[in-house]
Formats: sequence, structure tokens, C-alpha cells
Amino acid sequence: MNHAPIMPLEAPGTREWPEHVLAEVAGAISRYPVKRSAVLPLLWIAQRTWGWLPPAALSLVARTLELDEPFVFGVATFYTMFNLKPVGRHHLQVCMTLSCSLMGADRLFKHLEHRLGIGHGETTPDGRFTLRRVECLAACGGGPCMQVDLDYHENLDEAKVDALLETLE
Amino acid sequence: MSRGPLLFKDIDTPGLAGLETYRGLGGYEALAATLGGRSPGECIEIVKASGLRGRGGAGFPAGLKWSFVPKNSPRPKYIVCNADESEPGTFKDRELMVLNPHLLVEGMILAGYAIGSNQGYIYFRGEFAYVQKIMDRAIAEARSAGLLGESVLGTPFQFQLHTHLGAGAYICGEETALLSSLEGFRGQPRLKPPFPAVEGLYASPTVVNNVETLMNVPHILKHGAQWYRQWGTEKSAGTKVLSVSGPVKRPGNYEIPLGLPLRTLIESPEYCGGMRDGLEVKGVIPGGSSVPVLPASLLDTGLDYESMNAAGTFLGSGGVIVIDDQTCMVDALWNLLRFYAHESCGKCTPCREGTYWMVQILERIEQGGGTERDIDLLGDIADNILGKSFCALGDAAAMPVQGMLKHFRAEFEYHVKHKRCLVNRRRQSVLEVVA
Repeated sequence: MNHAPIMPLEAPGTREWPEHVLAEVAGAISRYPVKRSAVLPLLWIAQRTWGWLPPAALSLVARTLELDEPFVFGVATFYTMFNLKPVGRHHLQVCMTLSCSLMGADRLFKHLEHRLGIGHGETTPDGRFTLRRVECLAACGGGPCMQVDLDYHENLDEAKVDALLETLE
Repeated sequence: MSRGPLLFKDIDTPGLAGLETYRGLGGYEALAATLGGRSPGECIEIVKASGLRGRGGAGFPAGLKWSFVPKNSPRPKYIVCNADESEPGTFKDRELMVLNPHLLVEGMILAGYAIGSNQGYIYFRGEFAYVQKIMDRAIAEARSAGLLGESVLGTPFQFQLHTHLGAGAYICGEETALLSSLEGFRGQPRLKPPFPAVEGLYASPTVVNNVETLMNVPHILKHGAQWYRQWGTEKSAGTKVLSVSGPVKRPGNYEIPLGLPLRTLIESPEYCGGMRDGLEVKGVIPGGSSVPVLPASLLDTGLDYESMNAAGTFLGSGGVIVIDDQTCMVDALWNLLRFYAHESCGKCTPCREGTYWMVQILERIEQGGGTERDIDLLGDIADNILGKSFCALGDAAAMPVQGMLKHFRAEFEYHVKHKRCLVNRRRQSVLEVVA
């Protein structure tokens, strides 16, 4: 569970789908016999659009699917990958579960904390990176593994992570 | 060189993810032959006779599961692929889908035909967005080629296939939680019965099968049940893809005939090639993090459903986590329990509260503040979760505790008595990051 959602204040009902995602929204809804099933696809589209899920985005998903706002809020807070507060331009998610831990994930995470000057769940002041510990990413044979935004990076060590960070603007 | 006998046989063929290459290797021939001259009932019988069992973890006979779908239901039927791959230690479905997506598409269509379903969904864990893109591309190719849609290969059979992305929740690998999530609810499990085969997605008859299970189906329908039984044992037929992780020389996915000794998988140069220099095997978790650990003394156990059960554990999802002799078992168990406490969906008390308290106790022991009574309490909590929670997540959190206490209790006692680890090459970094 996503235990501690922090919701900044923002008036609900103040966001609309931008023109370029309208077809994608309609396409997602058309894939299911019941509209409610499109709640995860629409939350994903919203998160891609705004980088995170502000309350007005949850409200927009609710309106689009004819669902109650608290229902959508309940769904969004259940899943760990929905960002209920803003994140940096790059989301660094280090797997800490046993297989990765056996291969040095803890040491790698500590290295990232030192290098970026931030801890778990924090964002660098320039908005470039958010750092998080996450549970198993299903990349156990390539541990330690880190997901950066949508991409997997496996068999990491301190030097490889440093080189990788340089490539992320 | 071929990487395995069946699912891995051609998997490294360049361009296999494309329709043309897949067809060049005999892909979609099973579909054509089946739609051309076999009844759905015959398909179910062949899969039953093959002995194929669910490869996601539970090992339930796949053909039998299919046969539970009522034939005369007025409601639409659904075939759902569980591509959540959330069990720690398991990473086979990801590689199978990325390298050979059309095999899953063909397996889905055939399973749909067998159970009388015209609609399939593939449910991915949220982190697999890039795998979803690969599958979507394969589905679009298959649709253009007339393999999906209103008339599959020009026959009256119609089949639509869509993908669905989760958003980060281990529990969604449990089939009823997966269906809740697919329906747009929080991904929490439902009471069984009714089983999904009778009342699943949208309260309609539904079969949920793992990726690897479905990928075996085209091969079985093409070559027959007896052919499939050339691998494996009488009760554990066929091959299994095992994901090996931990400090072995060559971690990765290996397709083995069921029954291969665990020792061969870890030590043989054909597979993992032994441990990294300076390390020995202390224990192996053979079937994903949810199953009890085996000590090094049981390495000769066969990797099949029955042998693993006889040794007190499970083949599970085939996620083989190798733990070395320089790792502290208290620390390793604490790591796994943090996972279960984090992933407990919160629906029922034994799991929600029990996982939390087990983490607290393990942290206390690991930090040197534990007592002998804490070890008993840990076992007591595990006993009170096992079989008493709503879904298998509770059992999954209890079984690793029971396995560790059964085989490595002495290490827990050492910890309590000496207030430190017997061995622990990772201790400093773990405590600095987690505690």
C-alpha cells in the first residue's frame, strides 16, 4: 500500500485533458465493457501529462469515467507508482528486495543518497532527481537494479550509476 | 546455441518479436491447425493429458482449470493472462514476453478458443510499461494479419486481445486481486468460492493463466500431449523456466526439464556455473520469496513439484534465490518481511498486523536487542497468519519465517545470545540505509 499520501491543495475541477491525449483517453475507455475499468489507464495518462497526480487530475479522471472522486482517490492511493506529490524530472527507483540486496543494493542506495544529498522520497532542489527505495522490480538476475523513469538499468555499481546520472538532464 | 529445450529453443533468434520471423519458425501453425479441425473440448483434453501445470506459482493443472468454465453460461467468458510477475526472485515472464511476444498472443487465442472466450486481457505490473509496448506491437501485427479480430484466420471464431497496465502492487499477482484491479477497483483479493472460472471478471466465467503456462499451449496443441511429456516427470511434465538470482557466477533465466537436481542448476557450467569466488551456498529459496528456504544439505532435491513438496517447500514460480555463507539469515529474513509488510493490502488483520510485528521483531533481533522469547514469538505469529488470512499473501509471509526457523534456528539463537550476526558481509550498509 501507498501509506502516506500527501495532497497539496489545489481546487478540483480545474484541469481538462489536453487535445493531444483525447484519442488515447477514448481508446482506453473503448477497451472495456465497463467504464470503471479504464481508471488505471486514465490515471497513467494523467500522470504522463502532468508528471504527477494533482487533486484536479483525480477529479478529471472521476468526471471522465462518471465515478465518485473519493473512489478514484482510493484507487490512486492504493498503488505505489502513482505520484501524489510532484517528483523530479527523473525518478530513480532502487530495488531493495533480497536478490538485489545480496548483490549490493544497500551500498548503492547509500551512494546515491550521498551523491545527490537527498534521502528516500526526496527531490533535489533543482528538481532534477527524486530518489526512492522500491520493492522487487522483477529484475533479480540483474541485481542491483534501478528503474529510472520507465527504463530498467541492471548489474549496477557505483561507477555505472555515476555515469548514468551524467546522461540524465 | 540453443538456450533450452522448448520455450527457450529459438528465443535468441534475431527478430523473433516480429510476426514474419515468428511465423518462419512455425508460429501460428498450431492456431491454424486447431481452428481448422479441432473442437474446443478436444483442446482441453489435450492440455489435460499433457500434464501442464500452472507456471505462476500454484502449479494447478491448466487443463483442469479450463474445464471448470461452464459451457452454457449466458455471460461472456474471459481469458486473462497474469503478467504481473511480482514474486521476488522471478523475472522469467519479462524475458519471455520481450523476446517472443507472439507466442503469448497465440497461446491467448488458443486458450480463448478452448474455453469459448472471445475477449482476452493481459495484465502487466506497472513497472512493465515497456513490455506492454512490445506486446501491443505484436497484437497490432497479429490484428493486421487477421489472427485477431472479428474472424480469426477467416473462421467464424472471433477474438479480441487487449493489454492492461497495473501501477505497483504485489497483491495484484493474486488472481482475484488482479481481477479487482482490472475492473478498476483497489487491487484487493476476493473470497473464493466462487472461483474465477465461474464468477471472475465482471462476474463472468474467467480463466487466469500465467504467461509461461500460456506459452506452452501452442507447442502442446501442435505436437501433442505425449510429445510434451518427453520432458519432466510423470506428475511434473514438461519444462520450467527458472530465474536464478544471488551471488552465483551466471545468474539469469534457465529452461530446465522438470526434475533436474537443484545442485545441477547452481553448480553445472551449463547453467549457473557455481558460486562467485570465495562464497559457498548456505541456503536456497527455490520457488520465489514466498516459499520456505532449503539448506545446502538439501541441494540434491529435484526441481519438480513433488520433490520440492517432499523437502518441505514448493517449486512455486521458479524464482531461485541463492543465499551465500557470508549472509546473515536474520538479516535476509528481515529484508523479505519488509517486503511483505509493505505489500500487504491491508484487507485482513492477520496479514496486515502480523507482517508489521514480524518486521519489528526481526529488526530487534538483528540490532542485538532480541531475546529467546522473540524467536518463539516470531514462530507463533507466523503460525497465526498461515491459513488464517484472506488470500495467499499471508501464507507467503509466514512460510519464509517457518522455513528459516526450521533450518537456521541456531543462527537466530546465536544472534540473541551474542547480540550480533554470526556472519554478515552486508551488515553495515543495510543498517545505515534501512534502520
